[in-house]
Formats: sequence, C-alpha cells, structure tokens
Amino acid sequence: MAAIIVHQEKIPDLSRVVELCPFGAIEINDNRVTVSSACRMCKICIKKGPVGAFELVESPQVSVDKNAWRGVAVYIDQTEGKIHPVSLELVGKACDLAGKIGQPVFALLAGHHMTALAEELRHYGIDSIFVYDHPQLEHFRIEPYTAVFENFINRCKPSTVLVGGTAIGRSLAPRVAARFRTGLTADCTFLDMQPNTDLDQIRPAFGGNIMAHIRTPRHRPQFATVRYKIFSAPQRRAEPGGVVTAITPDEKMLVSSIETLSSHRKEPVKNIEDADVLVVAGQGIQRRDNIELLQQLADRLGGMVGGTRPVIEAGWLEPRRQIGLSGRTVKPKLIITCGVSGSVQFVAGMSGAEKIIAINIDPDASIFKIAHTAMIGDVCEIIPELLNKLAKGGNAHV
Amino acid sequence: MRILVCIKQVPGTTQVDIDEKTGVLKRDGVESKINPYDLYAIETALRLKEHWPEATTHALTMGPPQAEQSLREALMMGIDEVILISDRAFAGSDVLATAYTLSQAIQAIGDIGIIICGQQTTDGDTAQVGPEIAEFLNIPHATHISAIPECQACSVTVQVDLPATEEIIRLPLPCLLSVNKGIHTPRLPSFKRKKETRDVPVRSMTLADLPDTNPDHYGLNGSPTNVVRIFPPEHHVTRETWEGSSGELADRLYTYLRDAKFLA
Repeated sequence: MAAIIVHQEKIPDLSRVVELCPFGAIEINDNRVTVSSACRMCKICIKKGPVGAFELVESPQVSVDKNAWRGVAVYIDQTEGKIHPVSLELVGKACDLAGKIGQPVFALLAGHHMTALAEELRHYGIDSIFVYDHPQLEHFRIEPYTAVFENFINRCKPSTVLVGGTAIGRSLAPRVAARFRTGLTADCTFLDMQPNTDLDQIRPAFGGNIMAHIRTPRHRPQFATVRYKIFSAPQRRAEPGGVVTAITPDEKMLVSSIETLSSHRKEPVKNIEDADVLVVAGQGIQRRDNIELLQQLADRLGGMVGGTRPVIEAGWLEPRRQIGLSGRTVKPKLIITCGVSGSVQFVAGMSGAEKIIAINIDPDASIFKIAHTAMIGDVCEIIPELLNKLAKGGNAHV
Repeated sequence: MRILVCIKQVPGTTQVDIDEKTGVLKRDGVESKINPYDLYAIETALRLKEHWPEATTHALTMGPPQAEQSLREALMMGIDEVILISDRAFAGSDVLATAYTLSQAIQAIGDIGIIICGQQTTDGDTAQVGPEIAEFLNIPHATHISAIPECQACSVTVQVDLPATEEIIRLPLPCLLSVNKGIHTPRLPSFKRKKETRDVPVRSMTLADLPDTNPDHYGLNGSPTNVVRIFPPEHHVTRETWEGSSGELADRLYTYLRDAKFLA
C-alpha cells in the first residue's frame, strides 16, 4: 500500500504541521505527529512541510504496456437520431490530441437506423467510425450500451476515451471505466496529450474554487468526460473521410434486465436556475413591451428572461422568474442585466454567474461594482440595435 | 432485505481558498456537513421501507472518523443502522478506488435489495461513484430518477428524468438508483430521534472486514488516477467599462456574444 510516513525528528514545531493539512489528517498523539485516515494523499505536507518530515512510501506499481493502446476514441451521444453537439466538440478535441502523438481518432456510434448519422460523421476528421446498429439499441439502456462500449474498446484498444458529460454519458462512462478497472476523470475543462500518451486532465474541485491536474499514468484506456460547450465544435469538412465499420451486436451484448415500460418526449419546463444564459429585466426597461425584446435576445442566446423584484411585482413577469434573495439563486454562464440597479438582495441571487454584463444608463449604478463588463448606455436603445445585428448576422456563429 | 444509502460528508462551503504564497488549502471555518443531495437519497430510502415492512434501512459512508457526524444525522432522520468504513489504507482514493471500497463494504454487509445514491456531491461533483459501484457488484443501475411509482416484491419501477425524455423503467432487485434532487422533500432530523439514537453505535468497518483485504487494491495504489497538482483557478475578474453610442455598444456586445459562442 501507499502511505505517508512521518520522520518525527525532522519536525521542529509540532503544532505548526497540523495546519498543513487541508483535510485535517495530521494529528498529534502523545507528542508524536501521525497521519489519520482523513488523508487524501494530496502530498501538500510533503511539499510544504519541514524538509524531509513527511515521506510517501509506495509499493511498486505495475503499468500496462502503453504501446498496446493507441488512439483517441469518442463516444457519439445520440438520442432519437440526433447527435448531441458535445460529441462533435469532443471529436474536434480528439483530432487535436491524436495529432500531437500521430495516432488515429475512433468514434463509437450506437443506436438504430444509424446509417445517415455515420455518413454525416465522416465530415469531421475521424479515421475510423464503428457503428453498432440494432433495434434493441434504439433506447439507451445501461447494460447493452455498456456491452457495446466494451466490445468497441476491445476492438480498437484506444489509449484515451472521451465521453460527453450528458445524462447518458455520466451514467455510461463510469460503468465502462469500472468494467476496465481504469481511471475516469469527470467534467474536465482542459485536456492535453503527453508524448507518452498520458492524458493531461484538468478539472475543478471543491465547487470550482480549486483546479486539479490529473493523470492516469499506469492504466489504459484513460476515460475523461467533458461537459457541453467547454471545447469548440470543429468545422464540417466538405469532403467525407475515414472508414465506417458496421458491427452487428450479438445477442449476448443486447441482454438487459431492465424493462422500458414507456418513453415519451417531455414538454420542456425550464427554470431560470437551469439556464446557461439569463437576460434580466430591471426597472430601467421602462415598459412592459420591452420584455418581449429581452425574450427575443434570450431566445437567440438559448437562454431565459428573469427579472428583479420590482419587475415581478409590476406583473411584467411570472414570480418564478424572480432573481434575488426572495426569488431564485442563479449561476449561469452569462447574465446580461438590463436596466438593473443592483440591490444587495438582487446581487445575492446572481453574483455567482461566470460572466456578468450589466447595461445601465447610470454610471454610478451599484450593479457595476460586480459586473465584469459595465455598459453605460440606454438599454432601450442598445437591445433593439443588438437584435437588428443578430437578425442581419443570421446564423453567424462558427 | 436491506435498503442501503451511500452518503458522503462534504465541506460546509464551496468557498475553499488556496493560500497563494504557501499553496496550502485554507480551511478556516470550513465545517463539514452531509452532502445535501444525499438527504434526498435518505428520504427515498425511508419511504421505500414503507413498501417492504421487513426491510431495514442503512447508511454507509467511507471517510475519516469525523464522518460519524453525518451518520448521526442520518440516524436522526430515521435510518436504522449506520456504517462507517475507515482505514488509512483508503487514503488517496479516486473514483474507482472509492467505488471499489464501497462495493466491498456492501458485499460484507450483505442481503442488499436497493442501493440509493444522491445525484452528485457538492465537493467532487462527479456523479460517477454510483454507476461504478453497480458495475463492481454486477447489478443494474439507473440515474436521474425523479419518482418511484411502484415497488414489487422483487422489482422496482422508476421514472427517469432525462433532458429531453421521461422514461418509466423497471429494474429487478438488487439494483442501484441515483435519485434526483426533489424526488421527495427530505424530513428534518427530529429531536425525538436524536434522543432515541444517542446511544445507537456507529458500526465501523476497516479493511480487515472486507472480502478483499489486499491493501494494494485500495487508496492511492488502487487509484488509476493521480492528482499531479492542485492550484487556484485563474480569476478573470478583469472589470471593464464600455462607453459610446448605443450603436457602438450594441456592436461590441454582438461581437462578444459571437466570439464567446453564446449565439444559439
């Protein structure tokens, strides 16, 4: 086993080393420093403690033959014949990563009636696409999908496997990773490739306040999941490329103890807490009609409209759209406040947003104290101008 | 039959800072609490028990001795037995090693009908341990469960709430369920239960109690992933002010939204 051992004689001040451990694992018992089971092996005590006081002893570790595993594989997440965009983002990233080590990119596509999707995937630079097409794969069920994934990995022997952090991906990736007794790093925000094919994975820990750089140095394949919109989608290439291999799953792979009794599309009921983008109406929008303009903007951003308490009390928006201490707490990727002054109670409900753009005509508005981008101007003019540009730009995003 | 909930003790706040000079995590005033998502799992277990009168409820956590506090809370909510699995050999466990340790403990406990996990934790946020436990135990699992409409003698019917669809599926027992926040409103720990459970012991397990006692399969050695380093995120609190005509401001905003890929 691996353990941290303590060299008592190298510790000049017992009480100070207790502070070293962020997890409270360093204890003093009978004037001796000990490490408890709270230890997470973060090794901070070794790096930051008195020189030589803490030492990590490990039993010899066996590594797999890394040369037996080559390439970067992507799981193509599809529901009802539609590819989740995160999968294409991962294909783009896989091409970058594989390019650095001169290895191929694989893709796994499972479902029913997949021919057209497989053909479409040929436009994104994948070397080899494996398609498992069967009526029993029409709906996601954990056991058959895991079996198919296992079969795919045994065929391709990829060094790295990337899976989108979708509802399906977060259920499937850990199951497959555990089947191969290998490492999985969830919700990576940065990926890079070492020349020895070790994947550099960076992810937020502790609710995003700390970043952890993680590697899987002795196991293959190395699994990583990534959420939607972390990486950019690759350009679709005019000319198709790569090879499509159709595999008929055998009956054993399709066995499932889970019975799907019903499945239906649901009415999308979305709460403002779930929105990645929020456009917020404050009293500065002046007229109820302007809510409609904010709604148009929110639609173009794939987001929702929220409001401050006065706007809700005026009846311009329904109560479940209120942001603030007496309403909802939101943490979107982007929030655009329109004519919001920024009361303490409002700010408490939205200051965790990743990007805050505030539009207000008053340069002294308190919202500007917390905004990343302060736009001093008349929201009733800026929004219509912006909507014009958006209309002209069409599908301007690349 | 046993209904078992896996719970975790997490820091009471997500505001954990790193001392820029020393690189040490600052944990001043950081209290621990039960992972909020696990309260829904506990509530689900307590309600499921009503369907199987002979069933007992159990809460399991892997962690340092301090994690007993969270287990006591589970007792106060009405869980029958709480189990702490703790050993220095588990130090440095990643997702796989954690799932393996828990699956070993679950095998040692035995006679499990349903394992219930919360949706995710607030500190690791990975939502991956549940499915890995199910794989180690070779039992089916389902995640994103928003309701449990029916329980039979040897199966359970659940509603799976996916972003675009809602499915009703039936799983045989034993199985593992990850329940969504909001499946039931968790009850508050009761004062009466607190008094009643004051002397209920926390069952403690160590490596020696597990079917597999090889220490190399646990902790840092049993963890395929290694943390190379931890560091503070770069803060982009660059504040900027844009001024100009409404047209100019709209232009800048348009360019930003396009470049930052916000245009749907």
